[in-house]
Amino acid sequence: MFHSVIAAATEWVSPQVDYHALAPEIILATGLCVVLLADLFLDESRKWIISSLTGFTLLGAMLPVLTLGLDEAAIRSMFDGRYVIDEFSIVMKAMFLIAGYVVVLLSTKHVEEDEYWQGEYWFLLLSSILGMVMMTSARDLVSIFVALEFLSIPAYMLAAWRKRDIKSNEAGMKYFLLGVFASAVMLYGMSLLFGAANSTLLVDLGKSITATGGLSALHALGIVFVIVGFAFKVSAVPFHSWAPDTYEGAPSPITAFLSVASKAAGFVALVTLLLVAFPQASDVWQPFMWVLSALTMTVGNVIALRQTNIVRMMAYSSISQGGFVLMPLAVAGMSEVSASALRSVVVYMLVYAATNLGMFAVIIAVSRKTRSGEISSWDGLFSYAPGLAILATIFLASLAGIPPLGGWVGKFTAFQSLLSSGTGWGYALAIIGAVNSVVAFGYYGTIMREMWMKPVPDGDTTRVGIPGSLSLALAITVVATLVFGVLPGVATHFGDLARITGAFGG
Amino acid sequence: MEMLRDHNWMLSVGTFLPLLGVLLLLVVPKANEQLIKKVALLTSIATVAVGVWTLFRFDFGNAGTMQFVDEKTWIPLIKSSYYIGLDGISLPLYFLSMVITLLVVIYSLDHIPAPGNPKAFFSLMLLLQTGMAGTFIAQDLILFFVFFELVLLPMYFMIGVWGGENRQYASLKFFLYTMFGSALMLIAFLALFFKTGAESFAIPYLVEHGGALAKNVQIWIFAGMFVGFAVKVPMFPFHTWLPDAHTQAPTQGSVILAAILLKLGTYGFVRIAIPVLPDAAKAWAPYIGGLAVIGIIYGALGCLAQTDMKRLIAFSSVAHMGFVMLGISTLTSFGVTAAMFGMVAHGLITGMLFFLAGSVKERYHTLEIARLGGILKQMPRLGWILGFSCMASLGLPGLAGFWGEFPAILSAYNPAAGLNETVFRVYMVVAALGTVLAAAYLLWLFQRVAFGEPKPEFAGDGHGHDDHAFHDVNKFEWFAWTPLLIAILVFGVVPNLMFKVLDPAVQTVLKGFKG
Repeated sequence: MFHSVIAAATEWVSPQVDYHALAPEIILATGLCVVLLADLFLDESRKWIISSLTGFTLLGAMLPVLTLGLDEAAIRSMFDGRYVIDEFSIVMKAMFLIAGYVVVLLSTKHVEEDEYWQGEYWFLLLSSILGMVMMTSARDLVSIFVALEFLSIPAYMLAAWRKRDIKSNEAGMKYFLLGVFASAVMLYGMSLLFGAANSTLLVDLGKSITATGGLSALHALGIVFVIVGFAFKVSAVPFHSWAPDTYEGAPSPITAFLSVASKAAGFVALVTLLLVAFPQASDVWQPFMWVLSALTMTVGNVIALRQTNIVRMMAYSSISQGGFVLMPLAVAGMSEVSASALRSVVVYMLVYAATNLGMFAVIIAVSRKTRSGEISSWDGLFSYAPGLAILATIFLASLAGIPPLGGWVGKFTAFQSLLSSGTGWGYALAIIGAVNSVVAFGYYGTIMREMWMKPVPDGDTTRVGIPGSLSLALAITVVATLVFGVLPGVATHFGDLARITGAFGG
Repeated sequence: MEMLRDHNWMLSVGTFLPLLGVLLLLVVPKANEQLIKKVALLTSIATVAVGVWTLFRFDFGNAGTMQFVDEKTWIPLIKSSYYIGLDGISLPLYFLSMVITLLVVIYSLDHIPAPGNPKAFFSLMLLLQTGMAGTFIAQDLILFFVFFELVLLPMYFMIGVWGGENRQYASLKFFLYTMFGSALMLIAFLALFFKTGAESFAIPYLVEHGGALAKNVQIWIFAGMFVGFAVKVPMFPFHTWLPDAHTQAPTQGSVILAAILLKLGTYGFVRIAIPVLPDAAKAWAPYIGGLAVIGIIYGALGCLAQTDMKRLIAFSSVAHMGFVMLGISTLTSFGVTAAMFGMVAHGLITGMLFFLAGSVKERYHTLEIARLGGILKQMPRLGWILGFSCMASLGLPGLAGFWGEFPAILSAYNPAAGLNETVFRVYMVVAALGTVLAAAYLLWLFQRVAFGEPKPEFAGDGHGHDDHAFHDVNKFEWFAWTPLLIAILVFGVVPNLMFKVLDPAVQTVLKGFKG
């Protein structure tokens, strides 16, 4: 018996590993070990070093992403095409790392001032980001699932970070239960797909559909289950019910993280699956995406209108924004649309990430003074903190899609992709989207109104203290929002590079 | 299409100069109000100077040709470029936007509405100016859309922060209406882009290729644009935001709204919707004409029912823009030229009336017509200027308003080939009745407000109120108003000054309707 093991070991050939391609993941993995260890050896007064270490790790991981991006050789495929570094994954990796860095900036003071433990916070955050970075390259059901759990499990714990706060417990619990449920549904779907294709490689799934001469019931069922699983992750209606409670209870920087990075990771996986694995099954998922998108933006918007807590409002706003990201996927099965649909999803996520993180930075800054999540606590912000009020206005207007701020570019590319399909369904969804973008201003405008047009409550006009890290986060996000809006070429340039290997018949 | 590309830096400078002023204002400390006012004033003077220089360099013999054309890559991926130019249709509106901003700035030197904060107020005003001027020079649909939307937020804040009691409701209503329109408009633009082969968003390109689209496709695309532009005009039944917005806006906001913002909609029809989609324009024209005429009568009746002077002027805008839309709906160069003239005239006259309403409100602290009276006795100059403006507004020959209304009505007698003459002649008669109503409500307003004795509560020289409550027109007001009054008179006496610029450009725009 021992012999056979040794024999197997000698027969085993180590797969070709491209260390340059894996460098971002390796740096992140090393960094998170360092962070965890550093926590053991640092005394309370020097815990701030950990947050700096986390930031440096993320910036360090950016370096190989940049060199990979500048490398014209383009596609690097490893492990029989199960892990691929292409332009799409490079752009998304960069987005996750930068978004992660901004979240670190948002967290720095916040975590220091809370009386909870710091080391684990940073460790969990880095783990989750590592999962996202892996997700961008995963081209296999197993690696997608591993990446997904890798990014979700730390996020469950982060949501429940304030362990003596009942709301935070509720946030973590709801997120965990529904997240695990979604994972189970998805895993079931994946097992059905594996049964149908006898492979977990995404491109093989697609081939198996054509090989068996069309769509089998097994395929269809598997696809639907997998999509439902991801619909939970991206909080698409009607699978969204966890989001508002989780967002409200989680620490604010984590809410920002969940609403931007975690959501984007879900979209990355969804897009990869739809375009790489199931392009031939578009009859199954196109109508599904249509309904999901229309419901998500409409329901998210309508409920957001009624919110009085700013974080809950932003939660519903982010649900509704998710509907806009889904929009072009409703027609993405058509071969002439899929490229522009992919571009639209990427551009929308880039712009949305910058804007939404910026808005959360403002929320965190304002709540440092008001200690309240009620929208009415923003009354008269313009009169005592005009800078923050203007920044918030820029971010809100961008979310509402008003040019010349970033958000309109995302909406525009989404509409463009829908209309390029030339189908009645595409036009109908575009009109639903247009109406929704107007409805959305109803609540974005409410916040603006509170800031600009209402008097200050209690006449308390003390200044809002903004720590340096928060200012840096605000600066990064506002510059990105403005640049994307005035020079949309910057955003669409990255979107145009985003070819997913294996998609579009390539 | 033939174009002139000389001096093509001029339009960009004229459009973005106010933005430079905004940046300067941002670094001036909030407390230094004198410096803030100086920066705003100098910026708007410099902008007008660039505008005057543009007028000077403009080749009036070639008013039908795009001039100062500049084209730079902007968003190559979606085939949209920074493409600007100016012809006889754009020029008057472009220049008017600059002048109105300057006059409003001058007026504001002495009249910052509560709750103050001139820094923010002037910044928004200059930002508005960039959006307005940009809309009139954009030759690319996406660029047009961006500028068109750029004016929304500043106006939202201007109404919402510095407006009257009901300002929050009015500002939100204004915003949602306009945004709804422009969202559908954007979809129409995109549909147009794809249907013409996804080649370009440039208006000249689309004018060349849009006419080849199937009629039913054109009709749907036109519908999207129609909603976008009609809300802005505003046409009946999309007009309900206007009385609220106008009434609640601060004087400066009302003036800019009336003088320029409403024109963005009518300009859109003339520049984009009609030339690009000629078949749809023909199909839609009778309905547009019908709504325009309903607007004329409805606006006039609305005016007669108002008890608030500012709200009355606001409703009169609905009626006046009805005449403009009637002229446009005839699709003849005579009618469209009249409409373009009407746009400028309405800008001058209604802008003036809103200035006056603002000054009356400042002195009496009310605009309720029933409480006012005897202005001519207390402040003869203000009273006569009001009389002059009312006469101009009701279309008295010899003043600018006449040349917008009368030819527009006349043009309905003989609409473009293919349109139903009977229908348009009925419109003509109804519109003519509208002018009678216009005379009625304006003269009645003037009579109630200016004639007779001051009401007891305001009698005397203002003692018991503010010591200076009833001073006559002051020097800031003179500076702000004189150019408008002169322009109303000059264009009334020599309308050809503008007609000769407009006509060739309108001919070019309506090329598709020949024969």
